Amino acid sequence: MVSFKLKDIATREEPFAQGHKMCPGCGVAITVRQIMASFEEPVVIANATGCLEICSGTFPFSSWRVPWIHSAFPNAASTIAGLESMYRAKVRRGEIPKERKIKFLAFGGDGGTYDIGFQALSGAMERGHNIVYVCLDNEGYMNTGGQRSSATPSGARTTTSEVGKVLQGKQQFRKDLTRIMAAHNIPYAAQAAPSKWLDLMKKAYRAFEVNGPAFINVLCHCPTGWHTDPTRGLEFVQRAVDSCFWPLYEVESGVVRITYKPRKKIPVVEWLKDQGRFKHLLRPENEELLESIQVEVDRIWNQLLKDAGEEM
Amino acid sequence: MEKGTLEEKKSKRRVSLTGDDAIAEAMRQINPHVVAAYPITPSTQVVESFARFVADGLVDTEFVATESEHSAMSACVGAAAGGGRVMTVTGSQGLAYMFEVLGVTSGLRLPMVMAIANRALNSPLNIHGDHSDTMAMRDMGWIHLYSENGQEAYDNTIQAFRIAENPNVRTPVLVAIDGFQTSHMVETLTVEPDNLVKRFIGEYIASYPMLDIDNPVLYGAADRPDYYMEHKRSQLVGMINAPEVIQQVGQEYGALTGRYYGLVEEYRMEDAEHAIVVMSATAGSVKDVIDQLREEGVTAGLLKVRAFRPFPAEEVAKSLSRTKSVAVLDRCGTGGAQGGPLFLEVRAALYEEKSPPQVINYIYGLGGRDLPLRHIKDVYLRLREIARTGERGKLVDFLNLRE
Amino acid sequence: MKKEKLKKWQELPIGGLILDMGNSSETQTGDWNPNRLVWHDDTCTHCLLCWINCPDASIKVKDSKMIGIDDYHCKVCGICVEVCPTKPKSLEIISEEVA
Repeated sequence: MVSFKLKDIATREEPFAQGHKMCPGCGVAITVRQIMASFEEPVVIANATGCLEICSGTFPFSSWRVPWIHSAFPNAASTIAGLESMYRAKVRRGEIPKERKIKFLAFGGDGGTYDIGFQALSGAMERGHNIVYVCLDNEGYMNTGGQRSSATPSGARTTTSEVGKVLQGKQQFRKDLTRIMAAHNIPYAAQAAPSKWLDLMKKAYRAFEVNGPAFINVLCHCPTGWHTDPTRGLEFVQRAVDSCFWPLYEVESGVVRITYKPRKKIPVVEWLKDQGRFKHLLRPENEELLESIQVEVDRIWNQLLKDAGEEM
Repeated sequence: MEKGTLEEKKSKRRVSLTGDDAIAEAMRQINPHVVAAYPITPSTQVVESFARFVADGLVDTEFVATESEHSAMSACVGAAAGGGRVMTVTGSQGLAYMFEVLGVTSGLRLPMVMAIANRALNSPLNIHGDHSDTMAMRDMGWIHLYSENGQEAYDNTIQAFRIAENPNVRTPVLVAIDGFQTSHMVETLTVEPDNLVKRFIGEYIASYPMLDIDNPVLYGAADRPDYYMEHKRSQLVGMINAPEVIQQVGQEYGALTGRYYGLVEEYRMEDAEHAIVVMSATAGSVKDVIDQLREEGVTAGLLKVRAFRPFPAEEVAKSLSRTKSVAVLDRCGTGGAQGGPLFLEVRAALYEEKSPPQVINYIYGLGGRDLPLRHIKDVYLRLREIARTGERGKLVDFLNLRE
Repeated sequence: MKKEKLKKWQELPIGGLILDMGNSSETQTGDWNPNRLVWHDDTCTHCLLCWINCPDASIKVKDSKMIGIDDYHCKVCGICVEVCPTKPKSLEIISEEVA
């Protein structure tokens, strides 16, 4: 087992270099650093189009010190699958010594993962490539000004799920992608948050350890798209965790394990408040809507407890 | 130029194969590192035959049976960036589905080969042959080679790797055959010995393999307006260098096998006054008609375009400048342009000529529509009439259309 | 910010590749925010929670100890101040006027 002591980890060279152009306080940038700090062996990265890609790879500047490729928006999973296949072909032919282990990692936002890249991801998972796919879920198309995705929570205001006289933000509940990925019966699927960095890093480590595809879904705060105070990003993410809107758990070989259980589950409104995108939900006339969100969050959390064999 | 050994000449095989299987046989001999593909009619047989080679251990390729063509081309991008030989097969809707990634491949200068069984595009759905699919991607930065028959499909597939991987080219190449007419037609062709093919394609040394983890590079950077144009200009270098390499590879291949290839192929053009310009399988029918007509005293000739991209304008102009009238047969609609894509190119190529021939355009064979020989004969007779009277008539017309 | 000389097309690597990996560290992002982050080494326990949570890798560490802030890159988001467990906090944002 590798050391997760910060004193040991902080000695390594940053694979994700300074000078990237992510917004101040960006949750994606924090998550990427935590993921990259969780393992040491050589890695090759495929990145879907999105904030991370644009901000770390606009010519002539690279924020990466490891091999990295961007192809398009929907195909980070199939691109990394191709790289992994080439690796296997070269190892088989003795062109790369088999002791030379290389990790294959893909990053995509929720747009590139839940939506437009969903099919490619599902295909790559089913085919069993030895890859780790990390979804940097900030609940919307934040690179293009904050449009809705299927990861956008119900009630959230985005530029394509507006608040007006008739509609009060996004009308649908979010897609539960982590469970969908677990349903592919891949060796490892997990949900994590950068506010629990050790939990996140252990999950990333485990994802690389298993033989076969692994998926980690990380809730990343987005001060720009959530209309929140950049300083308090990790606090907001933690509120999502503590309200059980974003439970931290892992599914390994079909066994569900909750990795963090809030001592006191906070009401969903505690997670929604102070975020500009949910402001309208706190109006008295939206009380019913707010209640329906609480009911749905509870339902999913209770199901998770049941699946994990825990007491409700 | 290197010639095949006596041993090799003896171990050439004459076999009966469909066009699809001719390509699959070439793939077996090439033994790419990675093949990522999704089956689509009429190229499915290529993928199926190759999957059998994989199952029987005849190749050591990683065969990735993807869930879509978009992922097939994406996996090819990843694999090629990794630094090895990569191939895919598709056509029609599959090619359309790949569209987004086709420009990534050429923009990143990743050499790879894509076999295409040309097929019509929806709507209406039609599984039969025409060139709408590859013509729709004619400016995506890929080199296009069109094959007349199974033999050419086999030969072109092998040569395509040498062209794509040439350090001065480093550009993806597609090898097209006509859906069904060639893909499903059983023809007798020559298959070269495995070791000759292996020697001909040689070892591929990638420029910046991503799997060389000690020398990391970044593929697929974003560009602001300050660099995009410079990168697109830089990309063009491969295309500009391609004609010379295509010809040189065609000569080398000819020396080894006896089958020589260039950018275009001329048939009885030495004294031809009336020429048809066409690509792929129809060229075979045109040759038959020419032989007939020559006996009847019509000075007919054929100019077959093998390399459509980069377009061999000089060769086309040189070949056609001596003629009086030309018909360009496009197996693709005009889409509102002044004619079919091949016609536009040919006509533009002749613009600099002092006394260019009259050029007309026919749209033919859409969605697998037959082109009986008598229609081709009629085209030549009209060309003769145009030359005699100087009256061109309709610029763009259809062949074998009920109206 | 270092002004780079724009290259001609002939001078670019094939395929739009970037060969100089990690060179974004040559570009300044520390000038995005007029405020400044300051570190109080007297109260710092070197727990490095600021380091693992910094989006910009701008906490300088040597021999497992914090040694300062990378002002050239720090965007002064204040995440580190939030996660700093010492009382009083060992990291502080100072507004432009004071700095």
